[in-house]
Amino acid sequence: MSQVDAPVPVSFTVNGAPYSLDLPARRLLSDALRHDLRLTGTHVGCEHGVCGACTVLVDGAPMRSCLLFAVSLDGAAITTTEGCRDPDGGMGPVQQAFHECHALQCGFCTPGFVTTVTAYLRDHPDPTAEDAREAISGNLCRCTGYVNIVAAVQRAAELLAPQDQP
Amino acid sequence: MKPPAFTYHRPRSLEDTLDVLGSLGERGKVLAGGQSLVPLMSMRLSAPEEIVDVNHVPGLGGVVVETGVVRLGALARHSEVEHDEAAFAAIPLLRQALRHVAHPTIRNRGTTVGSLVHADPAAEMPAVLMLLDGFVTLRSAAGTRDVAAADFFTGPMESATRAGELAVSATFRRPPAGSGSSFVEVARRQGDYAVCGVGAVVSGDRVLVALVSVGDGPVLIDLSATYDGSVLDHDAARDLVDASIDPEGDIHASADYRRHLAHVLVARAVAEARTVAA
Repeated sequence: MSQVDAPVPVSFTVNGAPYSLDLPARRLLSDALRHDLRLTGTHVGCEHGVCGACTVLVDGAPMRSCLLFAVSLDGAAITTTEGCRDPDGGMGPVQQAFHECHALQCGFCTPGFVTTVTAYLRDHPDPTAEDAREAISGNLCRCTGYVNIVAAVQRAAELLAPQDQP
Repeated sequence: MKPPAFTYHRPRSLEDTLDVLGSLGERGKVLAGGQSLVPLMSMRLSAPEEIVDVNHVPGLGGVVVETGVVRLGALARHSEVEHDEAAFAAIPLLRQALRHVAHPTIRNRGTTVGSLVHADPAAEMPAVLMLLDGFVTLRSAAGTRDVAAADFFTGPMESATRAGELAVSATFRRPPAGSGSSFVEVARRQGDYAVCGVGAVVSGDRVLVALVSVGDGPVLIDLSATYDGSVLDHDAARDLVDASIDPEGDIHASADYRRHLAHVLVARAVAEARTVAA
């Protein structure tokens, strides 16, 4: 089909915007997002699937972008932390909750948490602290000690909950 | 850490997939979930020349529950199998074991059939295939063959899959009605590889366990002779386990500690499986 490292055509959407690219087959999705699309919100930590910093949503499901070849995602809908903003451009509910609860210090791991928690709360709208801890168990943070991140997961659930009638 | 360059193939039908795998022979490597293959490539422990991406081949997915069996297609993701209610009702052990497979994020992409072919001695699902007397269906341009679990795992990271073949499905047999099962393991960190893991199936007076991370592959042990239908003779079971496993020491655990875990986890897994058995 192609020679070694010859560009391979691939089309997908990122945060709703369509892209058609020609990429070397070995280009990781994390690098395609950062280098080819200049979407530097996605962070690259360990590059072998352990730390979770590069987590993005593929067709709604959290996946490690460093463990995916971009060319394998033909036809996929990808959401990065940039896509977790409010439609008006402000902070989305998960980002707002991280801000309010001081759930980040250096912020390097945060993009992976935001995407992971966004997907988790869609399926689990009212998590206990224990549930929240389990939900983020695949993401490493070396600053916070996780306590404030667990609080932010629960705060985000509150922000996302349908408002009571006045 | 970037993967080495390779030639990429994106077939759109099973026929094309088998044709390209057949023409590539030993040089061809199948990419399904890639959650083991991609990190191995990034760490330069693996450098396949040609990659055949089966993610766009229709008809390879699916979790099918039939009389007496659950059949998983090559593209059935771990998370899809884990959350399939019909599969859980038929064989609870699938979900019990899958919850120990890496993190949910990895399970969203990784495939169960892929992890069988990868045949990591620390992997949970090969042990489950052994416990449930399952088989893997391999297809090539030349034809189809089923390989029983006992013959499928041929060594560490080695399966009976030949060049030119694609593992199109794995079939797990449902244990007899009234059986109980469980899967327990100890890992250094949540979601990490098992230092030792044990799956158990208790059916009447029959007790089977399969251990991971204590041998070249999953180690299946029939403990029925040490079980009278209600009480496990722990000393006799321990002797049988000791005679079957060959743990190695590494940075994570000494061989002695793994052996200790094997004893403790076998007892725990059998006890748990018994509580759910009718």
